[in-house]
Amino acid sequence: MSIPADDRVQVRFSGVGGQGIVLMGRLLGKAAALYDNKEAVATQSYGPEARGGASRSDVVISSQPIDFPFVTEVDVLVAFFQEAYQRHRGRLARGGLMIVESDLVKPEHDGTEICPVPATRMAEDLGRKVVANVVMLGYLVGRTGVVSRESLEEAIRTTVKAKVVPLDLEAVEAGIQLARTHQQQKADEAAAP
Amino acid sequence: MVKLHAARPPPTPRLLSGARFMQGDHACAEGALAAGLDFFAGYPITPSTEVAERLSDRLPAVGGRFVQMEDELGSIAAIIGASAAGARSLTATSGPGFSLMMENIGLAAMMELPIVVVNVQRASPSTGLPTMVGQSDILQARWGSHGDYGVIAYCPDSPQECFDLTFEAFNAADRYRVPVFVLMDEVVGHMAERVVIPEPGILSIRVRKGPRQPPGKEPFLSYAPDDDLVPPIAHAGEGYKVHMTGLTHDERGYPITDAGVHHKLVTRLVDKVRKHADQILMTEEFMLDDADTVLLAIGCTSRSARHAVRMARAQGRHWGLLRPKTVWPFPSDRVRELAASGRVRQFVVPEISLGQLRREVERLTRMPVINITHAGGAMPTPEQILEAVES
Repeated sequence: MSIPADDRVQVRFSGVGGQGIVLMGRLLGKAAALYDNKEAVATQSYGPEARGGASRSDVVISSQPIDFPFVTEVDVLVAFFQEAYQRHRGRLARGGLMIVESDLVKPEHDGTEICPVPATRMAEDLGRKVVANVVMLGYLVGRTGVVSRESLEEAIRTTVKAKVVPLDLEAVEAGIQLARTHQQQKADEAAAP
Repeated sequence: MVKLHAARPPPTPRLLSGARFMQGDHACAEGALAAGLDFFAGYPITPSTEVAERLSDRLPAVGGRFVQMEDELGSIAAIIGASAAGARSLTATSGPGFSLMMENIGLAAMMELPIVVVNVQRASPSTGLPTMVGQSDILQARWGSHGDYGVIAYCPDSPQECFDLTFEAFNAADRYRVPVFVLMDEVVGHMAERVVIPEPGILSIRVRKGPRQPPGKEPFLSYAPDDDLVPPIAHAGEGYKVHMTGLTHDERGYPITDAGVHHKLVTRLVDKVRKHADQILMTEEFMLDDADTVLLAIGCTSRSARHAVRMARAQGRHWGLLRPKTVWPFPSDRVRELAASGRVRQFVVPEISLGQLRREVERLTRMPVINITHAGGAMPTPEQILEAVES
């Protein structure tokens, strides 16, 4: 479906229940809508789809008012699980970014640029694997700049329990570092003869 | 106002002032709290559960009372009773629960007890698609209980409006002493967006009009209306002798079997809303000034419609949107005016219903009305609207 030309960015987080998929959508939407002076709408899957283990949350971000609230095609897809990758990969826009939990998703070689992020392992290295979703958010923000890092951090500070904040901020840092590394690699490859 | 709870300093603020990122159901709950909600009774049902869930936490914390009832019949009865005692009262439900509440909605209308009922609409009839969107309860909201009576119904299109219009609903209920509905839908209820809650002192809560005489000596005529057709209300416990019944009653509130009294009473119940429609009506007009094609849509569907208007305008077409924020009373005069303008060629009505809203437009004009319908579970997209009009 075609959308009037604007800077609408459509992000989908997908995985299974318990991975913090819904929280990722809420944090990104909040960062955009409250701290980045943008418009943002967050929606999530309900019903049998949400009960059967699969979990999905969508965020639409734009500098313009967002009328139609749903994702029409996905600009950035975060897949936290193999089934989620299979289910949603067809919705990725041409030139869209595919970010996968690289220990849980084996992507196919279909020409799409894949960003492999071992978020769960990175979170374990930080001390708690439950912050894997925040590592992933850090990566997404580092890689796309869809919201500023400061806004993401503010959304975290105003949403999660105070005692979790320091660890979450470390997780953001870890994700952003990996994004920088990936971008450097990409630049090096592009510069190589 | 009767105190429902022992006086204790509220540990959390009633008004969560500031900008928040919030889903519509939660914004609705906050709007009710901002309006001075005292009492909630309800039975959880998807997709309205989050309204009750939030209030179960927030309402007792600000000194109000939350009761989870055995079912929807109990819920509606409880809020009518609480209203009779002076409490600002709310229940929240979805289609199946709304059906169960119909009988006592008529009772509230007949006894003129202000209540607010939130219906987060899902795909219906019957239990339908519990988790998926619908907009097909709008005629039920208007006509669902037997007999003639007046109601007011708001249709928010965003979490912000879930806050704003739920607040408004309480003032309207108290002003006109009628059942007031907030007809949300699953999309608006579950989506999260920025919601700005005003600082204290900005919103004004309307106080119910009470008796102008002290209790005791003179008998108080609890159903003697003022010129505005609304009688002052004396609450249970304030010292007045008050009698309330669903039977046709005289100005004292006592049952009377008399066709003349009945005609006068029921006409007044209807006229309370009909004759104040100008004051109650709320609409949004978007790019309507030079429009030859008028889209009319409510709730979440109006977001698709507004998007379609932008797309059509980008192609140089003269489209505009008329969005009733109050579906009841319906902005009939405005539709007639547009139809008679000489400029408008057609109306377009997208809805998640097989023609309930179209019917309202068709009864007002002989112009073509293009209806884009879905029975529920999904809402018409902007592209579907454009395609339907083109073909």
